[in-house]
Amino acid sequence: MSSSFFFGLATIAYIFAMILYISYLAFRKNAVGMAATAVTIAGFVSQTLAILLRWAEFKEIGGMGWLRAVPLTNLYESLIFFVWCLIIAYLIIEFKYRNRSFGAFITPVAALALAFIDISGMSKNIQPLVPALQSNWLLAHVMMSFIAYALFAVSFSTGLMYLIVRSDERTEGSYIFWTVTLGIFIVTLAAMGIDYLTFKMAVKSQEEFIKGYLFRATFRNASTVISLVSVAVSALFIFLVWRYGGVMKKIITSFNISAETLDELTYKSIAIGFPIFTLGGLIFGAIWADQAWGKYWTWDPKETWSLITWFFYAFYLHSRLMRGWKGRKVAAVAVLGFVAVIFTYLGVNLLLSGLHSYGSQ
Amino acid sequence: MTEEKKKTIFDRIWDVFASVKLAIVIFSLIAATSVVGTIIEQQADPEKNIKVLVKMFGIGHGAAHSILGVLDSLGFTDMYHAWWFLAFLLTFAANLIICSLDRLPRVWKLVQEKIRPIPASYVEKMSIKHSITLQGKEPRLKDTAAAALKSAGFKPAEATEGQSVQLYAEKGNFTRLGVYITHLSILVILAGAIIGIFFGYNAFLNLPEGETSSVSYKDRGTEVPLGFDIRCDNFEVEYYPNTEMPKAYKSWLTVLKNGQEVMKKAIVVNDPLTYQGITFYQSSFGMVPNSAGRGVLILKTHSKDGRSEQLNLKVGDTFIVSGTALTGTIRDFSPALSFDQAGRAFTYAEEMSNPAIFIDFDENGARKFSGWILKRFPNTGALPDGNKVEFLDYWGVQYTGMQVRKDPGVFLVYLGCIIMSIGLYMTFFMSHRRVWLTMTEEKGNMNVLIGASANRNRVSFERKIEKLASAMSAGHKGGK
Repeated sequence: MSSSFFFGLATIAYIFAMILYISYLAFRKNAVGMAATAVTIAGFVSQTLAILLRWAEFKEIGGMGWLRAVPLTNLYESLIFFVWCLIIAYLIIEFKYRNRSFGAFITPVAALALAFIDISGMSKNIQPLVPALQSNWLLAHVMMSFIAYALFAVSFSTGLMYLIVRSDERTEGSYIFWTVTLGIFIVTLAAMGIDYLTFKMAVKSQEEFIKGYLFRATFRNASTVISLVSVAVSALFIFLVWRYGGVMKKIITSFNISAETLDELTYKSIAIGFPIFTLGGLIFGAIWADQAWGKYWTWDPKETWSLITWFFYAFYLHSRLMRGWKGRKVAAVAVLGFVAVIFTYLGVNLLLSGLHSYGSQ
Repeated sequence: MTEEKKKTIFDRIWDVFASVKLAIVIFSLIAATSVVGTIIEQQADPEKNIKVLVKMFGIGHGAAHSILGVLDSLGFTDMYHAWWFLAFLLTFAANLIICSLDRLPRVWKLVQEKIRPIPASYVEKMSIKHSITLQGKEPRLKDTAAAALKSAGFKPAEATEGQSVQLYAEKGNFTRLGVYITHLSILVILAGAIIGIFFGYNAFLNLPEGETSSVSYKDRGTEVPLGFDIRCDNFEVEYYPNTEMPKAYKSWLTVLKNGQEVMKKAIVVNDPLTYQGITFYQSSFGMVPNSAGRGVLILKTHSKDGRSEQLNLKVGDTFIVSGTALTGTIRDFSPALSFDQAGRAFTYAEEMSNPAIFIDFDENGARKFSGWILKRFPNTGALPDGNKVEFLDYWGVQYTGMQVRKDPGVFLVYLGCIIMSIGLYMTFFMSHRRVWLTMTEEKGNMNVLIGASANRNRVSFERKIEKLASAMSAGHKGGK
């Protein structure tokens, strides 16, 4: 059986797990919760198998060693690995904190990401490695970067939840911050979805899609009316999130997770992610660049954005030491840090040019 | 208040540089300006950046031109070398040094300070505490406790006060220095970078096959002497079988010192050659201008009965397939051969992407067969009569493009990276842990009070202490 069969199986498992986790939240039946965990684990095992199979296929086609045939060389493979890291991080949290509430959020993200990869027609072909990627550093550099990204994703969601729980008044800075951030996040995703549905036929590759058609269906539409309407609808949506944000707070409060636990989870995932990112992302990246290009640091956009991300999280770790910065302010930094991560991962490859443009094929 | 007044200007400046606040301001400044630097392409053609600005903000060409003018005068078009960006980095370094020096004496004292026994009332106030009561007298309890502490990695000391005995121990006090080691590592990396800027260089060298050079070239064509000679023996692009995907760009290099060969290595991307501190990286390749017809065609013949011979030829030459009566005449050469739908051959590129030669084969004056032999497809050289002719290379018309670098600071950068890894590990995955275990005899029972503290990862230490407590209870029962 091929890897794509197991990827499909994992996608279906995550969708089932999502349904189970949500019904667990609604009915609080232990058996449902157990089933949700079991299905998630089954999906995870299947995805692990799929990754290993793809690794083996890659090794076969490229005709090289295991270390170099790591399936992390394009957007498709990296997204799959990202989902894998996210699920394992979630499972660890579930077992450590004995709390299944996050599952209702994580499994839909995983299922959506895998389904998105599937329907978007992202290139799934295994391509042999171009000479620049043939290095033993590939495995350590890319894998550690993605583990760190997944940990930062966890800190983003717990940080956001912390802000939601800890803000009361609509006029408070932290309340406005989280509602606007969440609003923009959803609006951006929705606008990209509309772009995709509108221009699906016209585009040949993912890269072309983002480069040529980003927001063309909405904000950057040829018709001024449509673009103005899009802006108005987005503003209205963000307003609604702001107006009815209290509902989110009620939902999250019902999870039985204390604000302190959320703060601790945010800190822990950054405290583990930061050193991994420093070593795997920056240091191994620099060593590899030194071997491949003869320069350990070139201020190439990918490098610079990694450094910006690094500064964000260094900022987070240091601001916890400052008086008056505990709690909501540092949580906001954690949330913004992940915006930098997303840009480092996707934005740089898709919007800016540079030496690091392998991921967009 | 009075102490505030005594501060001199020097103290005030010191305080500013020692503050975490300045660190955060500098983080933000470097991050924010770097964002601009990634959007505006650095050291690029102005037209390119104008296009970027027009596309990104939807403004007119004229407006983009004037915006770029402003950005250019502020140094944003080459911002990583601009004085103000370097000033940020220097402030960052100064902040790191001074804030570390400011805090180090206190932390050093903490690290040096040995753990001391403390009264039970202090233990009560500790963040981690545990108390158990064991029935009956237990003379060996102290040994059980000491053994439990040892198995948790502590080396306990002992103090007696009245009716109670206290075992106390600590470990990892040096990990408090992790932060400063991390800070130090950044300074080491910056020092390595500065050494690289002042004592190193980046240059390039385009070296045709068969030629030797004793210099490399900097950006504006300035020659930089190497101190030795380097020769390119051959350059090849290898492809994955049956695809157009390049597998490797490979240059065979020889280093010569005073005419003597001292080193030979085939370099590929990710595997450079280093000699006397100068490193050569595979970076590009191309055709030597006006070289057509100057190269050598290298062929290898294999006769049916196993004889083979390597030949260096030119277009128009005739050769004998050794061991047979067959002769071949090279009629044509194409650097990039392809066939159209009608099966006619044509050349599709100037580069050597699919080199091929056309050969007429004759035997005793009569034409036997003729056709194209392609370098990348050795099967095309298998002749109908069982003999074989391989087209190995068209040598001497390509050059290899190499990055040439000398950077004596790299050693420090790598050292800094190692120090940083150690520092970060100490900071985030280790902690200073202390434990006090007091045993008091009371009304014939033993009261055991455990107090502990950790400066980080308290929760996991708490679990360890719980385990220790239960191990003691179990050990006690087992002893009965």
